[in-house]
Amino acid sequence: MNWTVVQRILGLLLMIFSFTMLPPVLVSLIYNDHSWLPFVEGFGITLAAGFICWLPVHRSKKDLRLRDGFLVVASFWTVLGTFGAAPLYFADPLSLSFTDAVFESMSGLTTTGATVLTGLDSLPPSILYYRQQLQWLGGMGIIVLAVAVLPMLGVGGMQLYRAETPGPVKDTKLTPRITETAKALWYVYLAFTIACALGYRVAGMGWFDALCHAFSTVAIGGFSTHDTSIAYFDSAAVDLVAVFFMFLAGINFSLHFFAWRYVSIKHYFQDQEFRAYSFILMVLSAVVICSLFFYRGFADPLDTFLDGLFQSVSIATTTGFTTENFAMWPAALPALLIFASFVGGSAGSTAGGIKVIRWLLVYKQGVREIARLVHPSAEIPVKLGSKAVSSRVVEAVWGFFSVYIIVFGVMLLLMMSTGLDQVTAFSAVAATLNNLGPGLGDVASGFMSVTDAGKWISVIGMLLGRLEIFTLLVLITPTFWRT
Amino acid sequence: MKILILGAGQVGSSAAYHLSREEANEVTVVDTHPEVLRELQDRLDIRTVVGHAAHPEVLDRAGASDADIVVALTDSDETNMVACQVAYTQFRTPTKIARIRSAEYMNAHKLFTQDAIPIDVRISPEQLVCSFVEQLILYPGSTQVLDFADGRVRLVGVKADRDGLLVGQRIATLKDHIPNTEARIAAIYRQGNAMLPDGDTVIQEGDEIFFIADRKDIRVFMSEMRRLEDPVRRVVIAGGGNIGVRLALALEQTNQVKIIERDPTRARVISEQLNKAIVLVGDAADEELLLEENIDNVDVFCALTNSEEANILSSMLAKRLGAHKAMALINRASYVDLVEAGTIDIAISPQQVTIGSLLAHVRRGDVVKVHSLRRGAAEAMEAIAHGNEDNSKVVGRTIEQIKLPTGTAIVAIVRDDRVLIAHHDTTIEADDHVILFMTDRRKIEKLESLFQVGVSFV
Repeated sequence: MNWTVVQRILGLLLMIFSFTMLPPVLVSLIYNDHSWLPFVEGFGITLAAGFICWLPVHRSKKDLRLRDGFLVVASFWTVLGTFGAAPLYFADPLSLSFTDAVFESMSGLTTTGATVLTGLDSLPPSILYYRQQLQWLGGMGIIVLAVAVLPMLGVGGMQLYRAETPGPVKDTKLTPRITETAKALWYVYLAFTIACALGYRVAGMGWFDALCHAFSTVAIGGFSTHDTSIAYFDSAAVDLVAVFFMFLAGINFSLHFFAWRYVSIKHYFQDQEFRAYSFILMVLSAVVICSLFFYRGFADPLDTFLDGLFQSVSIATTTGFTTENFAMWPAALPALLIFASFVGGSAGSTAGGIKVIRWLLVYKQGVREIARLVHPSAEIPVKLGSKAVSSRVVEAVWGFFSVYIIVFGVMLLLMMSTGLDQVTAFSAVAATLNNLGPGLGDVASGFMSVTDAGKWISVIGMLLGRLEIFTLLVLITPTFWRT
Repeated sequence: MKILILGAGQVGSSAAYHLSREEANEVTVVDTHPEVLRELQDRLDIRTVVGHAAHPEVLDRAGASDADIVVALTDSDETNMVACQVAYTQFRTPTKIARIRSAEYMNAHKLFTQDAIPIDVRISPEQLVCSFVEQLILYPGSTQVLDFADGRVRLVGVKADRDGLLVGQRIATLKDHIPNTEARIAAIYRQGNAMLPDGDTVIQEGDEIFFIADRKDIRVFMSEMRRLEDPVRRVVIAGGGNIGVRLALALEQTNQVKIIERDPTRARVISEQLNKAIVLVGDAADEELLLEENIDNVDVFCALTNSEEANILSSMLAKRLGAHKAMALINRASYVDLVEAGTIDIAISPQQVTIGSLLAHVRRGDVVKVHSLRRGAAEAMEAIAHGNEDNSKVVGRTIEQIKLPTGTAIVAIVRDDRVLIAHHDTTIEADDHVILFMTDRRKIEKLESLFQVGVSFV
């Protein structure tokens, strides 16, 4: 282990991150909400911590190794979640405990969108803005951002990039230089954010709400500036803009990049994962809408249609915006939606969950087994598009699955032992591990009623979900530390 | 610069390594083996594409349409040629470099023109390695001999020993020793650290010295650094592969050459190609065979087989049995350090020899020749100064006036066939070939910009 390198990069990243606490100060000054102090304090503490971390080792020039990459990413997300909590902890109008502040900050960064705050509508704009910004930074990945702006990360940048980017295949670069790849991803991300904000504005939001919601929409986060989330706006146009951009943000960003570079959309339709992703969303929406019509009748067709569509896309992409309390929906619908969040978005998107491509590979393997029963001596590769997937990738997918289930089971038991009922515990673990946000039962609108222990378990769940489990889990294995 | 490397073999990987560590380059590597590419991508900041190097679809995916250079380094000459043809016809790639091993293709002059097979530069690593070894044998005692300006000037690396006349003295006394000719010491490596010397630097035993001199003066200056060795007469080459046979052919007229080949069929084939050299069938690490062939009288033992481990072991054995000097072909950089500290005199690294000819085409400015030294840490470069006093940063200025980055030095100038050793008051004129030495590779970009002509130059 290369401690000095890890420490140096960690310090550097912290110092850079501290500057993201300055925009809320600006917001505070614009709206004159008298709550700029906590952000300045947070900025000072984070900058100082980063500097102290960096100073003793700033001359260290060693290269980052694979293992160091894991350590940097995992500890950076942990440390950042903690330091990101500082402004929330210091803010007087919130009077949050340390646990709550960390929960909120981590929920933001990991784009989960579960909250412990109530009365959002009466909070100062700067604090509301800060929460949204956290989600936005976490969405495309704070490390990817760092790789884009810090050329010094170089080859080591690839290790970091891989440890953070979701999906089973992480070797494909968009451009030869990792810095350029990271930049390209952020440009696409930025472009979507601007487009989304404009869309919301045209649909009738104020500029502040439009920007804030654009942040959490393209990040597939789910934080809102209102207690009632998107339902607050009560507008079909807003709903549709949100659905459109949630759908886009759940697609692999490299597809967006190719569409932008070659000015063509045919890449989308050639991509198997995209087709599966669209298909799943369509089927799910159809089932939900039909069920709603079945139970509610045709009294208010447009509303029912929109609610069904919005909730399906929002939950299946793991965004977690709500236009209606879906936990109260009839029959199997709430459970169906929670289950859909296990699928999540595509690899390389900002969405959480297990990712469509993994389900696709598992499904194809199932089909292969059936085919093998019929043709015992056939050679049947698992293919994506026209290319066979190497057995190495397929094995990794199975490994991921089994670990996901084990982690889920353990967390479920732990949550239940903090006193939650089974439905609440199940949905709370799903909501955090899939980076979804809202759950069912007691956590339908937020995690306020969960005990401190439960919140810490959720914090770990959110981190595990965002870093796709292995990056974090590898750190607690003895093999990793054995030199 | 966007560079497309085809083939991730030894030469391809090392080219990718050297090219990608220069900030300005964006490197994409194409190969048919995904495992090799994955391993390469773990180490280097490059993009990789799996596929056949000559297929248009693969080249398209690898970004041939906006690549500046295609470097075809697969182990098949035919694939390389077709790949360059495809790059030219299909993607209009400006510069195409290909590795061509077979002498049959290399000698067909009409083949490589724009309307036949459009390859701008042909590289034959075997040829390069062979002439590298040839030079070392020509100048016994040198560790490296590098040509500039078509061989008119040579940069020679030599290890100082206590019998050198200059050892223990200031460099300024050099002109007292040899009054009428000039040479310049470009760099000294002392215990692995580079230093750019001045007149007051004192040469010590064990220093590795790089000096530049006119071709005819090299022997004299070498005697300043170490006891002059007798010319090489008896050479034993282990391994009858491409390089071994080429070397044998080049040396057999002037030296007594024996070549050891394990495979009897191959030995038969090469014995037909060679005229004077003796082909021995057997194992190069066979003590009996070596003794029988009077290994203790051999001046140079060259191990040039495909297996670097075999090369190391057989050279060590030959050295122990009394060969005066042992050289081994070693690909792996980590082995080079290992063996040069021990019994083997010179480790020949094919990558390092080859990479220079690639680098010359990647550099901005009019660069004729690049030699990579000390495993890429240092570099010697020949660049042409274009323009005039107004738009060039070098032309019309004395060397003193040029703002050279630290760690670099102008060591010589070649002007219309004449070799001028650089002094602080030498003025550079237009179209001079300027020979530079840099001990710090990171300064290359600054150096390149010096030799780029301003926009007003038409």
